[in-house]
Amino acid sequence: MLNWLSQVAAVTWLSLRTIGQRRGASLAAVVGVAGVVAVFVTVLSIAEGFRKAMTSGASPDTAIVLRSGSDTEMMSGVSRDAARIVAEAPGVRRGASGPVASSEIYVVVDVPKRSTGTDANVPLRGVQPAAYGVRDRIRIVQGRRFEPGRNEVIVGRAAAAEFAGLDLGGRLRWGENEWTVVGIFAADGGIAESEIWCDVGVLQPAYRRGNNFQSVYARLESPAAFDRFKDALTTDPRLDVKVIRESDYYAEQSRTLYAIITGLGTTIAVLMGVGAVFGALNTMYTAVSARKREIATLRALGFQGGPVVVSVLAESLALALIGGAAGAAVAYLAFNGYQAATMNWSSFSQVAFSFAVTPRLLVQGIVYALLMGLVGGLFPALRAARLPVATALREL
Amino acid sequence: MKFFPLVWSNLKRKKLRTAFTLLSIVFAFILFGYLVAIRTAFTAGIEVSGADRMMVTHKVSIIQPLPFSYRDRIAQVPGVKAVSFMNWFGGIYQDPKNFFGQMSVDGGNFLDLYPEYVLSPEQRKAWLADRQGAIVGRVTAERFGWKIGDKIPIQGTIYRHPGGSNLWTFNLSGIYDGVQKATDTSNLYFHYDYLNEGTGGKLGIVGWYVIKIADPARSGDVAKRVDALFANSPAETKTQTEKAMAQSFANQVGSIGTIITAILGAVFFTLLLVAGNTMAQSVRERTGELAVLKTLGFSRGQVLGLVLAESCLLALLGGGLGIAVAWGLITVLGDPTHGQLPVFYFPGPYITLGAALAVLLGLVTGALPAVRAMRLRIVDALRRV
Repeated sequence: MLNWLSQVAAVTWLSLRTIGQRRGASLAAVVGVAGVVAVFVTVLSIAEGFRKAMTSGASPDTAIVLRSGSDTEMMSGVSRDAARIVAEAPGVRRGASGPVASSEIYVVVDVPKRSTGTDANVPLRGVQPAAYGVRDRIRIVQGRRFEPGRNEVIVGRAAAAEFAGLDLGGRLRWGENEWTVVGIFAADGGIAESEIWCDVGVLQPAYRRGNNFQSVYARLESPAAFDRFKDALTTDPRLDVKVIRESDYYAEQSRTLYAIITGLGTTIAVLMGVGAVFGALNTMYTAVSARKREIATLRALGFQGGPVVVSVLAESLALALIGGAAGAAVAYLAFNGYQAATMNWSSFSQVAFSFAVTPRLLVQGIVYALLMGLVGGLFPALRAARLPVATALREL
Repeated sequence: MKFFPLVWSNLKRKKLRTAFTLLSIVFAFILFGYLVAIRTAFTAGIEVSGADRMMVTHKVSIIQPLPFSYRDRIAQVPGVKAVSFMNWFGGIYQDPKNFFGQMSVDGGNFLDLYPEYVLSPEQRKAWLADRQGAIVGRVTAERFGWKIGDKIPIQGTIYRHPGGSNLWTFNLSGIYDGVQKATDTSNLYFHYDYLNEGTGGKLGIVGWYVIKIADPARSGDVAKRVDALFANSPAETKTQTEKAMAQSFANQVGSIGTIITAILGAVFFTLLLVAGNTMAQSVRERTGELAVLKTLGFSRGQVLGLVLAESCLLALLGGGLGIAVAWGLITVLGDPTHGQLPVFYFPGPYITLGAALAVLLGLVTGALPAVRAMRLRIVDALRRV
């Protein structure tokens, strides 16, 4: 056994050391694998980034209350009385100025994209002062908060970067009202950064909503308080509402697009991968045939077939590893943090997000590369082990 | 042409290697087929938009409704031939995942404004006669296995009956087809009157107006006149051509075109190296033979041509096979997202682009080895063997 292992080590070392002699062919295999991994990781990072933007700001101890039968805030409606009952329900956290619950209105307004100049649906959210307590990761990075009762807005950092005219001090005209941008806020990369916020009291008359809201965001005492809160509301005969955790709400909204991009990305990567495996097979068959005499000599000296198989596989895996690492590095350097925006179909509005090349994706990419290396090396390795020693030695 | 057997036998000399190179090209072109189909799925709406149609939406956002009273005022604007309207219903059929567009429309002239929807005269008559009737496109009808005469229950999310129930039932009166492949046939259309009565008869609003104009070249003038009509009112309007609307919508989804072009670029660059390497290698192995050909009197140009012909033949074979397979898969298997894309087919004109790419691939991969073969000096080459 020890002898076998030392044979493996000797032959593998020999084949790895001589890769340099087959530079052209080896480079082609490396680039092939690198291209596949780069595309694979980049496409999946789009899905990952979108999901991150949708879900990272959502916390499990925040609940959203909508009218029953509505799946999104856009379609929902909650009366003033209902909103008051929700805020007083058991399980809601209480702060210095009462319950930490914000009744809100969610509409979209047309704002041109900076990149194309064409109009896009940007979410405009009317909130109550408690909203800052509900989403405690909101931080003003420029300017100040809007003053209740005035036509002032604050703009999420991602929205300000993506859409024209949302700069500090900018004036916006929607319908009969003119609004001033008085602040830019950050929310740890969460979905709120794609939104524009204003006082809900100003938005209600501007949109003729009377005393009605669309949703209530309530911060709970703890994630565990959710069931108590939900039961209290759904059994209350005065209410006709549904209660969802904020984290579940946004996870659900990101699910479809995440699945589509991941599905497409995987399909593309598999098709490309098969193409690259044929390239790798060519490289490895060439490597084996270039070393025919060398391998035959080893076999004549008493080396067994096993170590020869391992050495060819090791060479192919090494090339794949280099290619995989290079591809993953390209994806990370070129696309991690790349800014983009797309439509969230559930709320019919824009979500700004950045591509997220996560460590998990990098590992997936390299594992995929090794898989390609394994398939590309296996058959050439078997051929190498089966080379008839006598004929191979005779060949020039 | 007389050298074809020579080129062919050169390809056959290492069958396994030729097969692998060919297969990697085939897979690249299958990918090409799928990517252009996806791209078309996202941009088809722009290309097939009606040149003589414009959309009048609320200036703040398309989700804001417009008063019903605007219809008669828009109709009187010079240059406007017909006015119709739509209202987004946004209901759920069984599960939110089964998304498709549902719109209440003015049955009276809807089909006149949208000649791209083909509906048989009997079905059209049946739809107009049934207040609760609806027509649906082929794609959605097939997706859910609906037949004419079916009763389709849809949960309203925006609109409820006065009693509080949100169940709406439609009678399927007709299934329309698209006049061309790129026509989106995923929407369901039903009568606005049914929506209005079902919500208590005092709706008074529509989502947006669709107008047919007399002269597409003067769409800018018409837009100005319509928007001027409602300037400084509580509901100001924004009038634009259907094409502009489709374009800005596609921009909102994202730069699908750029992403797909980038992926294709990566695929072809990768492939170029893989196939180019194989070509270079097989020419290197044949140095001696090429020298013999030259000794026999083959000119430099002929040697260059021989090598290029070989690489182009390989690329064209692979490209043709790949596109054929992609076309077959797309036609037989259809939409990989099961109805999330409005249209999904292999766009014919892209066959030319595919062929051009294959030739380019053949030329680029063959160029370096071919030039080397051309410059080969007989004495050096023969000595090397």
